[in-house]
Amino acid sequence: MPHGNQYKIDSKPKTPVKTIRRLISYMAHERSLLILIFVLIIIGIAANLAGSYMVRPIINKYILPGDFHGLVRMLFLLAVVYLIGVAAIYIEYIMLNKIGQNTVARIRADLFKKMEHLPLKYFDTHANGDLMSRYTNDIDRISDALTDSLSEMMSSILTVIGIIALMIFISPILTFITLITVPLMFFSARGIVKRSRKHFKAQQFALGALNGFVEEIISGQKVTKVFGNERKVEADFDVMNKKLKVPAEKAQLFSGLMMPLMMNLSTLNYVLITIVGALLSIYRGFDVGGLAAFLQYSRQFGRPINELASLYNNLQAAVAGAERVFQVIDESPEKADSPGAVTLSEVKGDIIMHNVVFGYRPEKIILKGITFHAYAGHKIALVGVTGAGKTTIMNMFPRFFDIQSGEITIDNQPIDRISRTSLRRSMAIVLQDSHFFTGTVLENIRYGRLDATDEDVMAAAKFTAAHSFIKHLPQGYDTLLENDGANLSQGQRQLLNIARAAVADPPILLLDEATSNIDPRSEILIQKGLDQLMQGRTSLIIAHRLSTIRNADVIMVLEQGEIVESGTHEQLLAKRGKYYSLNEAQFN
Amino acid sequence: MKKYLQILKRYKLSVLVCPFLVLIAVLCETIQPMYMAQIIDNGVMPRNLSVITSVGIKMLLISIVGLIFNVCNVYISSKAAIGFSTDLRSELFKKIQHLSFFEIDYFGPSSLITRLTGDIDRIQQVVLMALRMLFRSPIMFILALYFVIRTNHSMAYLLLATVPLLVISVGLILKKGFPFFLKIQQKVDRLNGVVRENLINMRIVKSFVREDYEAKKFNKRSEDLRDTSIHAENIIVTVFPVMQLVMNISIILLLWVGGHKVMIGDLKVGQLIAFLNYFAQILMSLMMFAMMLMVIARASASSQRITEVFTTPLSLDNTSEGLRNIHRIEFGDIKFDHISFHYKGGETDILKDINMHIRPGETIAVAGSTGSGKSSLLQLIPRLYDVTSGCIRIDGIPLQDYNLDELHTNIAMVLQQNELFTGTIAENLRWGKADATLQEIEEVAKIAEAHDFITSFTDGYNTLLGRGGVNISGGQKQRICLARALLRRPKILILDDCTSAVDTKTELRIRKNLKESWKKTTVLVAAQRIHTMLSADRVIVLDGGEVEAFGAPKELLVTSKIFQEIYYSQQIDK
Repeated sequence: MPHGNQYKIDSKPKTPVKTIRRLISYMAHERSLLILIFVLIIIGIAANLAGSYMVRPIINKYILPGDFHGLVRMLFLLAVVYLIGVAAIYIEYIMLNKIGQNTVARIRADLFKKMEHLPLKYFDTHANGDLMSRYTNDIDRISDALTDSLSEMMSSILTVIGIIALMIFISPILTFITLITVPLMFFSARGIVKRSRKHFKAQQFALGALNGFVEEIISGQKVTKVFGNERKVEADFDVMNKKLKVPAEKAQLFSGLMMPLMMNLSTLNYVLITIVGALLSIYRGFDVGGLAAFLQYSRQFGRPINELASLYNNLQAAVAGAERVFQVIDESPEKADSPGAVTLSEVKGDIIMHNVVFGYRPEKIILKGITFHAYAGHKIALVGVTGAGKTTIMNMFPRFFDIQSGEITIDNQPIDRISRTSLRRSMAIVLQDSHFFTGTVLENIRYGRLDATDEDVMAAAKFTAAHSFIKHLPQGYDTLLENDGANLSQGQRQLLNIARAAVADPPILLLDEATSNIDPRSEILIQKGLDQLMQGRTSLIIAHRLSTIRNADVIMVLEQGEIVESGTHEQLLAKRGKYYSLNEAQFN
Repeated sequence: MKKYLQILKRYKLSVLVCPFLVLIAVLCETIQPMYMAQIIDNGVMPRNLSVITSVGIKMLLISIVGLIFNVCNVYISSKAAIGFSTDLRSELFKKIQHLSFFEIDYFGPSSLITRLTGDIDRIQQVVLMALRMLFRSPIMFILALYFVIRTNHSMAYLLLATVPLLVISVGLILKKGFPFFLKIQQKVDRLNGVVRENLINMRIVKSFVREDYEAKKFNKRSEDLRDTSIHAENIIVTVFPVMQLVMNISIILLLWVGGHKVMIGDLKVGQLIAFLNYFAQILMSLMMFAMMLMVIARASASSQRITEVFTTPLSLDNTSEGLRNIHRIEFGDIKFDHISFHYKGGETDILKDINMHIRPGETIAVAGSTGSGKSSLLQLIPRLYDVTSGCIRIDGIPLQDYNLDELHTNIAMVLQQNELFTGTIAENLRWGKADATLQEIEEVAKIAEAHDFITSFTDGYNTLLGRGGVNISGGQKQRICLARALLRRPKILILDDCTSAVDTKTELRIRKNLKESWKKTTVLVAAQRIHTMLSADRVIVLDGGEVEAFGAPKELLVTSKIFQEIYYSQQIDK
């Protein structure tokens, strides 16, 4: 279910203690700040409680006996106490903010860094949306927890403890009465939470379905438009929207009950204290100032208890979010370079594949013993129907996936003994679907080689026939590509893609259907560019249109993961085999 | 805003009743310190037990009444808020359905999706909170003030004096903080943009070994976001200490002035304690109020994003003539009369002064290089965009005079970038015609050369596509998309380079099938392969938005330089 995780509010963490410990370790960089915050919280609470307590002597010793000067003196003292409390809280907030945001930024950085180093397999088996939601929802929750919930929780607990202690000090009997209402609060809260959880689950389910529908339909909005199916879609949407309504109402009803119930229990508590306190002062001589202070506390007591329930939920959600984030961080990255891995220099580009066996899943073998030798500077073409394993072969060279058995060498060096960086730098890939990064045309081409000068970029663009259309863009090379280059046509995108490879200037080129989206006129141009680019480089080419690979040094025909024919164009035609019939099909 | 009010009107009763319920509930709460004062002053001080019990019972009863009203409020507000968000979501979805291609591109699908999901959720939260809590604080404040005034005029001034102080200071802080939330949202969007790009481009990132480069880019954005967040939060968190400070000051003044009054006998001590309680109540309700304002502030970004969609004028809609819905497409005769076109906001004309006449039943290939305007030309025919000048006529009637439904029903277009939806293959095909029989479906699938591979799946036409379903190749997807359009039996069929992933052999068969069984349909096809062009009745060659040549392929071999180029480039292979 897309967006599913986003709405799973009551998802329980699996290993809370471990996760919390780990979250704390992210904050450990700022241990002294943390201690400072703890001290500030205690100061803030102490000041606040002391302020409320001072009402007792103020009434008993000064107001009732009529000592005005004493009253003013006490009030100054009270002002100082209050000021200290407010200052402590203010500083605490500022510090917390800093720690919270720093910590989140640190977690974010780790998450992204790990993501960049995950093997491609991970992305093939996990939905992008799912990873995205870890950056957005999960991190947000962690951030909320770190900046708000955690400190609130701590101060709530400390406040409750402090109040109870002072209450007992003032009057054990009244404290007892107050504490009776606490289990009442607790049990009614639990009953409500239980009930609302059931409805929340139903709500999340309906919401997940609805959001999944929305995601899909809006992504394909143009199709709906072209077919004029707006009304049908609206009808479908309304059905799902209505399905959400009932559980949502119930979920909100039950979760909404919590607050007023707690407030009324706190009022009830107030009433009981007033009555019993009054009786106590008549029969036991309980002081009025004490009652006043106690009533203040009973008000302050309800709030942290109310909050604890929701804070606990927030924290739980944050820990669950952190768990999901850590889960990615803990994924194993691409295998490290083997010890003693070499860095290639002066790559000639002599490539050998020997008896290579590979399947994306071990039980489903795609490549069944591929063997060939691409001599340095040669142009090797792979042809065959979809699913024959052409792209899979391409995926093996940059070690996007590791082979199961057999060997691949570059310049006689097995590729698993070459450092990944150096291996990948020795080759450039041009894929069929081209995607871009937000930035200018210039920056996107330069992606191939970061230290390329503007002149290098333009030279590469000219070389690959991209220059002429770039020139005609509104801002030329400085045109901003947004939304993955939505403002460019397929062909233009591909030209940029090729220019990007050209600027990288690698000894090995992997072209996976590089020209299949380009119109015939541009293709003539680009084919010239590509031919020039391929000069002196080892190139592996996959092409749908056989015309583009006629002059390859070797053409290999792939069928179900095996090379069934190989040779030059003329040799293969003369053979009148698979290649011949593919060729005939395409040109007649 | 107008839209919100419009929807809120449907829940008028609830919206009006809720504040009333809150009023009673708050009254039940606010009256308690008054009774408490009575107990102390008339019960404890004179040691009168009967006052304590009778007032005490009143207090208990009142607190139960308060609970009942609170529960009623929760019930009604849940219904109203959920109803509101359900309606809002539905209206927004409808509005999006009416957006034309231009607006869809302008917003982008992913942004529209967040508006429909996350943003709506946030608005729902705010409405819910507003109905339950928004009136609480002001009502509590007014009632508390009332009770204080009733007891002692001069003390009320004290309470009143704190109000402007609080409002001004909190208002200033929030005003300073508000703009930051939008800024933060922008930075979050940019950060997510980097992640999204990386996810799409993972192969490119890896093949160019740019992992660290990207991480640096990401961290720069991330730190930028962090700094802005810290800055914004630092402003916002001052609200609570400031409020606390103001309230503390007023409590000190209360004790000062009130204490003096008790000493001179102007005020009873129970009343003074009641005032202290009122201050605490007010402080709490004000804190809630400020918190709510902050939630509302954060949601205001969401609200703006939703309103933006609602207020976006439709760049393309039914004209008054189109609304009458009287014209029908019968033949599929298309006439371009001095058409020029450029995208809104664009400067240069994509199409320049196009004139041509396409007769019913003709198959027209549109040739030309990348960026020559092929797609733009084709998208004008079902009125996905409006022409900038000139006029397109179908069966002699200007395009704008047709109802959009009529156009989309009779003109089927297969886009370059096409989408299938989660569901079975049959369900996806029925997207073209909801009530199509299985026989009809199989018929078009055969024409699109999709029948064979579909039946090769174990579940045949009931094979699930999309999430959790079977994965099909690009070529297969394109054939299903084609069949889906064919199912509509359109008078005009437009194929925008939609068979690029289908191999040549299959493509030729599709073309043959179409020719045999769809004689009356006018077909326009943007193509790159020469044999597609050769098999068309006539070919339009576009060059830089202008018609370079228009005629039968054989003629063009003589007259069109560009067509010759294409022809020879693909013929030498033979």
